[in-house]
Amino acid sequence: MAKLPKPEELSKIDYTPPKTSWMDTPVVFKEGMFCHGSKPKSLELVGFPNPRDWRPADADWKLPENWKEILLEGIAERLEKYRSFRLFMDICVRCGACADKCHFFIGTGDPKNMPVLRAELIRSVYRKEFTLAGKIFGKMAGARELTLDVLKEWWYYFFQCTECRRCSVFCPYGIDQAEITIIGRELLNLLGLNIEWIAGPVSNCYMKGNHLGLEPHTIVGNLEYMLDDIETVTGKRIKPTFNRKGAEILFVTPSGDLFADPGTYTCMGYLMLFEELGLDYTWSTYASEGGNFGFFTSNEMGKRLNSKIYAEAKRLGVKWILGGECGHMWRVLSQYMDTWNGPADFLEVPKSPITGTVFENAKSMKMVHVAEFTADLIKNNKLKLDPKRNDHLKVTWHDSCNVARGMGMLEEPRYVLKNVVNNFVEMPEDTIREKTFCCGSGTGLNASEDMDLRMKGGFPRANAVKFVHEHYGVNMLANVCAIDRATLPPLMDYWVPGVKVAGLHELVANALVMTGEKERTTDLRGEPLPGIEQKEEKA
Amino acid sequence: MKAIISFIAVLILAAIAYVGVDVLNMQYIFGVVIPYLAVAIFVIFMIVRILKWGSSPNPFRIPTTCGQQKSLPWIKHSKLENPSGVLGVLGRMALEVLFFRSLFRNLKTQLRDDSQLTYGEAKWLWAAGLAFHWSFLIILVRHLRFFTQQVPAAVQLVEMLDSFLQIGVPLLYMTDAVLLGAVTYLFLRRIAIPQMRYLSLMNDYFPLFLIFGIALSGVLMRYFFKTDIVSVKMLTMSLVGFNPSIPQNPLGVIFYIHLFLICTLFAYFPFSKLVHMAGVFMSPTRVLANTSRVKRHINPWNYPVHVHTYAEYEDDFRDKMKNAGLPVEKE
Repeated sequence: MAKLPKPEELSKIDYTPPKTSWMDTPVVFKEGMFCHGSKPKSLELVGFPNPRDWRPADADWKLPENWKEILLEGIAERLEKYRSFRLFMDICVRCGACADKCHFFIGTGDPKNMPVLRAELIRSVYRKEFTLAGKIFGKMAGARELTLDVLKEWWYYFFQCTECRRCSVFCPYGIDQAEITIIGRELLNLLGLNIEWIAGPVSNCYMKGNHLGLEPHTIVGNLEYMLDDIETVTGKRIKPTFNRKGAEILFVTPSGDLFADPGTYTCMGYLMLFEELGLDYTWSTYASEGGNFGFFTSNEMGKRLNSKIYAEAKRLGVKWILGGECGHMWRVLSQYMDTWNGPADFLEVPKSPITGTVFENAKSMKMVHVAEFTADLIKNNKLKLDPKRNDHLKVTWHDSCNVARGMGMLEEPRYVLKNVVNNFVEMPEDTIREKTFCCGSGTGLNASEDMDLRMKGGFPRANAVKFVHEHYGVNMLANVCAIDRATLPPLMDYWVPGVKVAGLHELVANALVMTGEKERTTDLRGEPLPGIEQKEEKA
Repeated sequence: MKAIISFIAVLILAAIAYVGVDVLNMQYIFGVVIPYLAVAIFVIFMIVRILKWGSSPNPFRIPTTCGQQKSLPWIKHSKLENPSGVLGVLGRMALEVLFFRSLFRNLKTQLRDDSQLTYGEAKWLWAAGLAFHWSFLIILVRHLRFFTQQVPAAVQLVEMLDSFLQIGVPLLYMTDAVLLGAVTYLFLRRIAIPQMRYLSLMNDYFPLFLIFGIALSGVLMRYFFKTDIVSVKMLTMSLVGFNPSIPQNPLGVIFYIHLFLICTLFAYFPFSKLVHMAGVFMSPTRVLANTSRVKRHINPWNYPVHVHTYAEYEDDFRDKMKNAGLPVEKE
């Protein structure tokens, strides 16, 4: 792996476009800017085409002979299936409003990372093959032949887009590069051109129920470790249930929460909250993944992985589903799940057993985000909270792209946060809410071999954190996204050392006063609570 | 280079009209045949285009949410930025189409020398875009006087307002100046900003020059080379009445250039990016309400897929599950 340059070097970004026009500038694969190619086994397990050993940097991608035909047929099919695709191929006026809104463009200066040009990569081929003007006037009409170079360019740049939709907020026609990337990646998958960091988790999730490939006993084991830690902090032993029929609620969270910190602290937060509420809920080892890397592969794969959630809710006979903290998981759930795998008519409209609140906004899909659930609890005074326990933290809030722009859950987590911490500062307004910046590693780009890309893509997010870190002493970046919890810590260490990352429910659990708990001396991370050290010294 | 070719293309178009009318005396072709043809192409191919878009479904409900969702009753819902129903969508679209709401958000991202990113106001594109489109619309409305026997009161009102500055004889229409100014800005912006120059295609320069040519020839005709308005109206009314005839009184060649460029625009329109005029009304990220959790959105081509069922999963892991104390369906 190439050595990651120092932040001072990486933040010197050259925005001068190349001398040659973009159609005449072939793609150069830069080390650290792309991920490993998919392994044959990962594709075989889910029945994907063209499984083979291949390396993206190699000249020969071992494509089927009729690859061009496959792609063109694939485009034709998707033009008929998706109005978004057909329309977005036609109506862009190249006004450039999207250009400097993309975190990858801001972080790399590479003009093909301007959403408009990333879309032109595929639009140019569309013009050539599917429009009269393109067929007659060719290059003059912005059309070009689909060649191997063009294919490689697609691959390189569709895996330099995290489908964050920030560009679509600014586009006067709502053109959404995420749609184009989604379809672009679908096309690439027709030729077996995935990255292993997506293909691996997909096959894991398909066979084992979650991206990380945690088998049932490992899930139980991992949770046991957390229960031990909770006991150490609170003196309380919690006994969650798994795959339990007849529970009222099925809880599904991204498997990242079960695996590594700081996600595990968030997971401890859920466990403690549900224990305190006496919630009648169960975990599932089969539907043990809320996230969906299938969505970064193809619509069909997304649906295949997602099917487990409703199927398991039905098998267990629960009334409704509660979902953990995640970003892309919630775009998939809120905009796709009911369409793919509904109707969930065997479930009831979600109703909080604690407050009696009926979640009318989830009337049909029957799943509630845990931030919505907790906001309702706090509003109804159902939790005893001691925000002072978080006084060692100065917290800022990172809106996850998908939750912000594919759902619009902006206030619920803020309301929760403001009730569990005393020190909360917003980042600059053009970098939050619907204008929030991606962590730079979404859509399965959170591998280790593409660290350059990740640090560049995460630069705008980190830059805004740095601002509040330097001006207000912010030392904690809170969020509701499992990918964020995995990707923001290295991003912070690189750009803004001294800022840690936490899920919302870690902070909730820190503040949560549980019945019968012992006097807490540490937070969930085992770090002394504010005021404790002085107390001990006095004693 | 792309700009120069586009510029030359428009010059050639003007020259064709000039030669056609002034040298070859093909008034009927340029005054009757081509306009009919252009309008027919516009109408037919725009309908084809829209039907084509319409024939592809919206399999998923994918609004870009730009504000707070409708969730708990005590949380203020952003009705226009994250609509939860038809009214909200109508409001959102009205803001989008009439005032370019999304473009209004535009920011200029800049990297300072101390590595701090800043996001500055950037309303010029929005202002110029709005000025361009509105003045274009008003000019279009003004031209209705040529296509109606009795000039409607609304058109007269628009004319009056548009010339309310009372400058010159004939009175200067503000929109003429605004349109030319806005088009010039939109062009200069493409040339001056390196990224814009890099991403621009001929498809972008050509319509700008064409529209500039149309506006310029119109202005020349109104303010400089006086054209016999009565004859123009005789021609346009004969076209509207499908009883075409070229008026006795000769119309200046500048009129035919103006008309020919307009015809080019009409014929070019359905095959160009200008179809955004219709497309904006169909954009799924804007016209769909955020209701996918409340009401099931149907995908007409949703098909059954291979899944790994719980039974298969349990078969794979039964022993491990039992050892971990997990309940199983089959012993």
